Amino acid sequence: MAIIAQAPTREASAEHARRELIQKLKITGRAYLWLIPLLLGMAVIVFYPLIYGFVLSFTNAFQGNVALHLGAVTLPATYQFVGLKNYTSIISDWFNPSSDASHVLLQTFIWVVANAIFHFVIGLGLALVLNRKMRMRSIYRTLIMVPWAMPQFVAAFAWLFLFNQQYGYIDAALQALHLPIIYWGSDPVWALIGLIIVNVWLGVPFMTVTLLGGLQSIPSELYEASAIDGSSRWQAFRYITLPMLRPIAFLVSLLDVIWTFNVFAIIFLITGGGPFNRTHTLITYAWTQAFLTPQRYGLGSAYGFIILFILLVFTIIYSRLLRSNEAIY
Amino acid sequence: MAKQITQAGALPAVAGKASSRFKDSSMRQRQFKRGTESIGAHVIMIIMVLVCIFPLLVLITTSFKQPTDIFTPYVQLLPPHPTLDNYKYVLSHGFPTWLLNSLKIGLLTTIVGLALSSPAAYAFSRWQFLGKQGVLLIFLITQMFPGIILLIPLYNLFSQFNLLDNVYALVIAYATTALPFSVWMLKNFFDAVPKELDEAARVDGLGPFQTFWRIVLPLTIPGVAVVGFFNFMTAWNEFMMAFTFLESESNLTLPLGIQRYVHAFGADWHYLTAAAVLVTIPVLVIFLWAQRYLITGLTGGSVKG
Repeated sequence: MAIIAQAPTREASAEHARRELIQKLKITGRAYLWLIPLLLGMAVIVFYPLIYGFVLSFTNAFQGNVALHLGAVTLPATYQFVGLKNYTSIISDWFNPSSDASHVLLQTFIWVVANAIFHFVIGLGLALVLNRKMRMRSIYRTLIMVPWAMPQFVAAFAWLFLFNQQYGYIDAALQALHLPIIYWGSDPVWALIGLIIVNVWLGVPFMTVTLLGGLQSIPSELYEASAIDGSSRWQAFRYITLPMLRPIAFLVSLLDVIWTFNVFAIIFLITGGGPFNRTHTLITYAWTQAFLTPQRYGLGSAYGFIILFILLVFTIIYSRLLRSNEAIY
Repeated sequence: MAKQITQAGALPAVAGKASSRFKDSSMRQRQFKRGTESIGAHVIMIIMVLVCIFPLLVLITTSFKQPTDIFTPYVQLLPPHPTLDNYKYVLSHGFPTWLLNSLKIGLLTTIVGLALSSPAAYAFSRWQFLGKQGVLLIFLITQMFPGIILLIPLYNLFSQFNLLDNVYALVIAYATTALPFSVWMLKNFFDAVPKELDEAARVDGLGPFQTFWRIVLPLTIPGVAVVGFFNFMTAWNEFMMAFTFLESESNLTLPLGIQRYVHAFGADWHYLTAAAVLVTIPVLVIFLWAQRYLITGLTGGSVKG
């Protein structure tokens, strides 16, 4: 009896699963129909160039051996595959402390770490200040966002103007205070510090506003309950604010690191990577390799993929850390 | 007994009075503390606001200065001899051409971005289909691309197709970032529209496209406008690709045109600042209005701006 009773159910469930699969395939078909314009567009303008760039990164392509159009005449490309040579030469340069490339790597590290720390600390501080009932809060919040709202190239010019040697407003202020003036343009250390100041100024608004949003979404009941339990403000901050802020803080600092890594206009327009290549980051240095004579496209592409690799590894490790640390709270 | 009662009755009253007096002073203390804290908060915020807007103020004041008043031994924040000549010069030399190029590129990027990405974003938002997570992940990774990674192959491809120094080539270049960004943002905006509306529309006999076009899209017009605006702004502000691809005077965009005021030794700061102010003010105003939606979209609604 039992066997007889079971048989049709099994059949029915198989039938059910089959129907569900057909339904799923139907929806999948329809979804891809809707995705076609986008996927085609992305294939032509993103994925094809991406593969093309990947291939270039294994060649010795430069301005003298790529295909050339002179009116009706076309000279074919004569570049050759060189295997991993571009990658190995970049990485071996990193281990040669006197090479520009090793300095660039160090500068990129300083650039990203300094920006990430200052963005987060100042942004969190301002968000905490703004996360209280105070008059004119919305005015402060809006005005603080001006650096983010300004076009980056305009911000670069504005700071270039302020950094102007001797007569620039910053050096003029230092002179007025009887302090030695800073040679922003010729001192490599101060040039890098100047760039970091500009980028901290640019990045703090985004951090402040997003962290403020995160703070405001913490339910106030948690603070009330902890106050009844007699916890101090520091304890409330440490055991309520920080853990509750964690997801959004991780997300925005990840975005921040990626954006900081990819900053080009600020560095290029303010210092141009100088003096003596001491303010280049990987991005701006890769650009000079690829677009200043002799325009080594192969080497530049290799740089691009190394940078992408670094960012991907960083993102994966970072999100793993986020997941494994969750048990602590 | 009676005495005891009164005593017993009196005690709590005294205790109550004492505790209320104690509460009073502690409250006053707390209020005082809160008052100084609030002054401190205002001081911090005013300093930060000044730091944030100072470079913009300097741009504006410098743009009204005569060239000889710009670098003086003593800093003069306000223009001693205000003039509109810088604006007159800028508006009659080059600026209109750059503006037209920037507008053309910005609007085309916006339209292409929205047209291709909004149906896709709707599909991502509404349907569970095979490969969805994979495609979304690929889009997320493209957001991470360092600009240089596509710049080099695009440069070589444009050169092969004779598209270098061509305004429309920049639309293609900007679409590489605008498309994934728009899909991601629009998906979040569509997610905020309840799915029950789609169900109701289906019951009323509307097909998927009708539902998208007549029900969901009209409800997310503000979100769509904001995504469009940010695509426009990215194109309006972008420097690296424009600098790499464009060359001739008639093709320059605003950032490149303004950069031409900088020479090997110094810059024409009076013209540069005037042009910079003209470029900044419109996007600044719209941005400050639109940023709430950007934050909501970027963080997937986990934070309200």
